[in-house]
Amino acid sequence: MTTAPQFKPAEPRPPARKSRWARTPKAPYLFILPYLLIFLTFWAWPIISSFMMSFKDSRLGETAPFGLSNWSRLVQDEFFRTALRNTLVIMIIQVPLMLSLATVLAVALNSKLLKAAGWFRFAFFAPLVVGTVAYSAVFRLLFNTDFGMVNRGLTSIGLPAVDWLNQSGPAMTVLILAMTWRWTGYNAIILLAGLQGISEDVYEAASIDGATPTQQFWKITLPLLRPSLLFCLVLSVIGTLQLFTEPALITNSGPGNATMTLGTYLYQQGFRSFNFGYASAIAYTVAAIAAIFSVVQLRLFGRDE
Amino acid sequence: MTTAMQAPKDKTGVKARNRVKAFWLHLALIPLAALFLAPLWMMAVFSTHPESAIFSANPPLWFGGSFGENFRGLQADTNFLRALLNSVVIASLYTVFSMLLTSMGGYAFAKFDFPGKNWLFGLILATLTIPTFVTIIPQFIMIARDMQISNTYWAVILPTLANTIGIFYMRQAFQTVPTDLLNAARIDGASEWRTFWQIALPVVRPAMAALAILLFLASWNDYLWPLLVLTQKDSYTMPVALGTLIGLTRVSWGGIMVGTAIATIPFLALFLALQRHFVAGIAGGAVKD
Repeated sequence: MTTAPQFKPAEPRPPARKSRWARTPKAPYLFILPYLLIFLTFWAWPIISSFMMSFKDSRLGETAPFGLSNWSRLVQDEFFRTALRNTLVIMIIQVPLMLSLATVLAVALNSKLLKAAGWFRFAFFAPLVVGTVAYSAVFRLLFNTDFGMVNRGLTSIGLPAVDWLNQSGPAMTVLILAMTWRWTGYNAIILLAGLQGISEDVYEAASIDGATPTQQFWKITLPLLRPSLLFCLVLSVIGTLQLFTEPALITNSGPGNATMTLGTYLYQQGFRSFNFGYASAIAYTVAAIAAIFSVVQLRLFGRDE
Repeated sequence: MTTAMQAPKDKTGVKARNRVKAFWLHLALIPLAALFLAPLWMMAVFSTHPESAIFSANPPLWFGGSFGENFRGLQADTNFLRALLNSVVIASLYTVFSMLLTSMGGYAFAKFDFPGKNWLFGLILATLTIPTFVTIIPQFIMIARDMQISNTYWAVILPTLANTIGIFYMRQAFQTVPTDLLNAARIDGASEWRTFWQIALPVVRPAMAALAILLFLASWNDYLWPLLVLTQKDSYTMPVALGTLIGLTRVSWGGIMVGTAIATIPFLALFLALQRHFVAGIAGGAVKD
């Protein structure tokens, strides 16, 4: 790529050799500077600062000695283990459920046979316009034990009502259903874009060779969709590890601590107890898990990328 | 399906087969679509009924006449109009400034070669997979203690202004702008800034519209960060104000549903009108080179 100064009209210049800095174009740096200032101040530095903070006991003030007390506490912390387990359980159930549904939806929405495709897209993509606070409120009302529409529906077809928000298993189920409702459309859009990148010729060639639609889905669609699926998978895993609003507002981390997540526990430690050092250790654990998952996912599903 | 497969491969056979397939496709999708729309329908309907109706033996399925009453209750409990104003100002400022920062940065990464470019871009790329939890505590200390700007608009806006997805998205958009077009402007004597502002930026306007919608929506719906830095009732954004109500028993659910409906329905309408831009924005956020 050519740089700007070469295209400026030649002007009489002193013949003296210019320094390397003088020959370097300044414009790109000036364009990046505002972004970079905010990025370094509010992103790059906090990432380092948070790591250092995890070795300090912030309850004793900034002068507390460098140590591993937060980390040794984390290893023994029963509540942390509960939060970690809940988060992983939600992730292991919700992410595959959502991504399979999103894949099927994307294929269906991409079908040429679909009439009123715009309306179907609206139906499935509408939830992602709704804020987490708004949908948390709606889901809390829907799953109300005595008056919720879900229990009304269950009893009207002869099934027993469920005490959704006051039992651990059902409370987890509500969170998983709520997140699936909110985020399936988002993933379906990304997968839909991926599908539209697959050439029509591949399918035509396959049909001529006698491949059934099911075979085409498993042998063509899924493999070619792998980069988009991988992107959705990595983002969904990181998103679930940071789950906060839903357990905070729908289940209030309860009953007991049954739906406490790493996010709500970090909030409680950092911004209720103001134990910044310990909260930083939790945050870095989340980051480490996210990094491990990302690497594993890239290794397993990202071959030849 | 198997019988359909064995049908003769003439044109009428294909048509009939497609009709069967289309039938099953719609039969499966219509109930699912209804399920996805049901919570939104209930939100809209419940916002027009008093709590007694919502919690009655036969909950309403169609609109009632209590929207105004519910809204007045909500306003009395949360100063909702103020929260709405705060949200509008914050989301607008955030969108404008973030668009400016990310488009300038994306332009430089797409259209210039300069020492340190790959290194810088790698640094920004590397932070994409780092959970925001890691930065939230130092950000909070910076905003609340070092800068002392809690409860201001800037406290909410500043930390996420340098949007990572945004700079990727704008870089991709500017890569489609022909370099010859920019060089032509430079030869005509336009400054670098003018080349960017008057030549390159107009070309990527559709991409910018898509990103702007997403940035506005993200800011509008953000909950955790505003919850941390906004501690006074008059500085609350709309999600924070609503969040304070959920879990309290005193406040009417009709009021909460009014709040969620006001926060959501304008965007649903906008989404319906600008579906193409929304979808393009989200699909474009998926980095693929």
